[in-house]
Amino acid sequence: MIVSVASGKGGTGKTLVATSLALSLSDDRKVQLLDCDVEEPNDHVFLQPEITGSKAVSIPVPRVDEASCTYCGKCAQVCAYNAIAVLGNHVLPFPQLCHGCGACSYLCPEKAITEEPRQVGVVEWGHSGALGLVQGKLAVGEAMAPPVIREVKRCANRDGAVIIDVPPGTSCPVVEAIKDSDFCLLVTEPTPFGLNDLVLAVETVTKLGIPCAVVLNRVGVGDLGVEEYCRQARIPVLLTIPLDMEIARLYSRGIALVAGMPQWRSSFLELFGRITEIVDERSRSSKR
Amino acid sequence: MKEVVVLSGKGGTGKTTIVGSLAALAERKVLADCDVDAADLYLLLSPAQKQTNEFWSGQVAHIDADKCNECGLCQDLCRFDAIHEFRVEEVSCEGCGLCSQVCPTEAISMKETMAGHWYISDTRYGPLVHARLGIAQENSGKLVAVVRQEAKRLAQEHALDYIISDGPPGIGCPVISSLSGAGLALLVTEPSLSGMHDLDRVLGVCRHFGVPAAVCINKYDLNEENTGRIEGQCLSQGVELVGRVPFDNVVTESIVQGVPVVEYSDGKVAREIRQMWRRLAVMLANGTNKK
Repeated sequence: MIVSVASGKGGTGKTLVATSLALSLSDDRKVQLLDCDVEEPNDHVFLQPEITGSKAVSIPVPRVDEASCTYCGKCAQVCAYNAIAVLGNHVLPFPQLCHGCGACSYLCPEKAITEEPRQVGVVEWGHSGALGLVQGKLAVGEAMAPPVIREVKRCANRDGAVIIDVPPGTSCPVVEAIKDSDFCLLVTEPTPFGLNDLVLAVETVTKLGIPCAVVLNRVGVGDLGVEEYCRQARIPVLLTIPLDMEIARLYSRGIALVAGMPQWRSSFLELFGRITEIVDERSRSSKR
Repeated sequence: MKEVVVLSGKGGTGKTTIVGSLAALAERKVLADCDVDAADLYLLLSPAQKQTNEFWSGQVAHIDADKCNECGLCQDLCRFDAIHEFRVEEVSCEGCGLCSQVCPTEAISMKETMAGHWYISDTRYGPLVHARLGIAQENSGKLVAVVRQEAKRLAQEHALDYIISDGPPGIGCPVISSLSGAGLALLVTEPSLSGMHDLDRVLGVCRHFGVPAAVCINKYDLNEENTGRIEGQCLSQGVELVGRVPFDNVVTESIVQGVPVVEYSDGKVAREIRQMWRRLAVMLANGTNKK
């Protein structure tokens, strides 16, 4: 089963929930945590993993063999991203804009375009105790996170539970990280910001047809807007975590909640139990 | 005219809280919300929407089932795994158009997508340019570019002194689009190992694009040891530390009330942010921005 942990708004506690959920489960079953927040991966801060392997993530970008090029301009005409231009007797690729779709090389009538890899990031894997971790890192200065996220997800091992830490937001990197999940946990906080971004996140997972539930973090300040919304939209709130200075301090020191306060472990196991029930119920009703 | 963009790397460190307060403190400015995925700044500024514009950008493939002979060429060639069973999965399609070029029966057409909206609003702090990217859309960077361009136009038209932008989290496409060519990046961080790690990456992006940076440590008293380490790093990297804001529930209360915290309370948080704005204004006047 793949469970993704997303949020819309940043800094609501995705990493806290993803690491503690994965650590709690890893005591007695096979679990993998995939850090798909490749712009700012932080799960490693809390897991201190032993990294055992890595590989570069690249996008295939065009290389033009000017000897066979007739400067017909077909490549520039078919490129949807303006990543290649033909000016007189020059072909100018702009690798930073290239999505690696392969249209230019495939459609070049002279077969003058081959592809070469351009590195945009790296995927690393390892483990922390029994818990497997895979993380992606977008290179600083690079714009496109989805290719790195795709590579992280390729390392998923569906034999056990897979927990995905998703980047904030609602756009393409989020979709890339969440899609194909069996369930999505949305972590939010009880404020108007938390509510505004939760509504957007719910729209995103609904569009992808993935069932979701809410984890409400830092309960104690703020207002009741999120709870009212969840009631009306019939989205279950499966876990609440109070605003607690002790939790905030553990987090600031890079200590996972269940490592610093082991009494939370049962809450995360219960959370996973509820998720399993919802997913099973859904697959039963879809088979009917 | 000087453009300040507020970034953080890590989400939830207080970017919008700070921008809301700068909106109340700075004179003669345009506000821009460049977090087009999850725009929250409007919740603090009570805007009156004046203008709504559609944002058309990018394309998605569409397969006409009547013309399709199910040869599977499109599926084989698609690098984005966006075609399954001769149907296009729109959220995965990156709009490259290769499938439509190669389809032997011309069954595939490319359709323009309306990828979101952008707005110009009036607030009592000045004009606000904001946007909403459609759910699961691409091209957030291009929408950010539209927001910045409109903010710049308004600033020029009304001869305003500042553009203050609320940036997105992360270091990828919308961040680069928010940052490139700006006069100053204010990086809001928190004294957690995650916050510090993310600050380091976003500082790297600022250096990569040659934009000077200043740092604000929010909730600095949550872990004073880490705060000390951030201060040390700023010093050794020649990055100016412009603010240290304490943790206080008053910030959350002000968000619930929908007003900038400097107008909600006159406590330590508000005093620190006021002082930070004075330091930033000096930095800006001293010409970190040559434009």
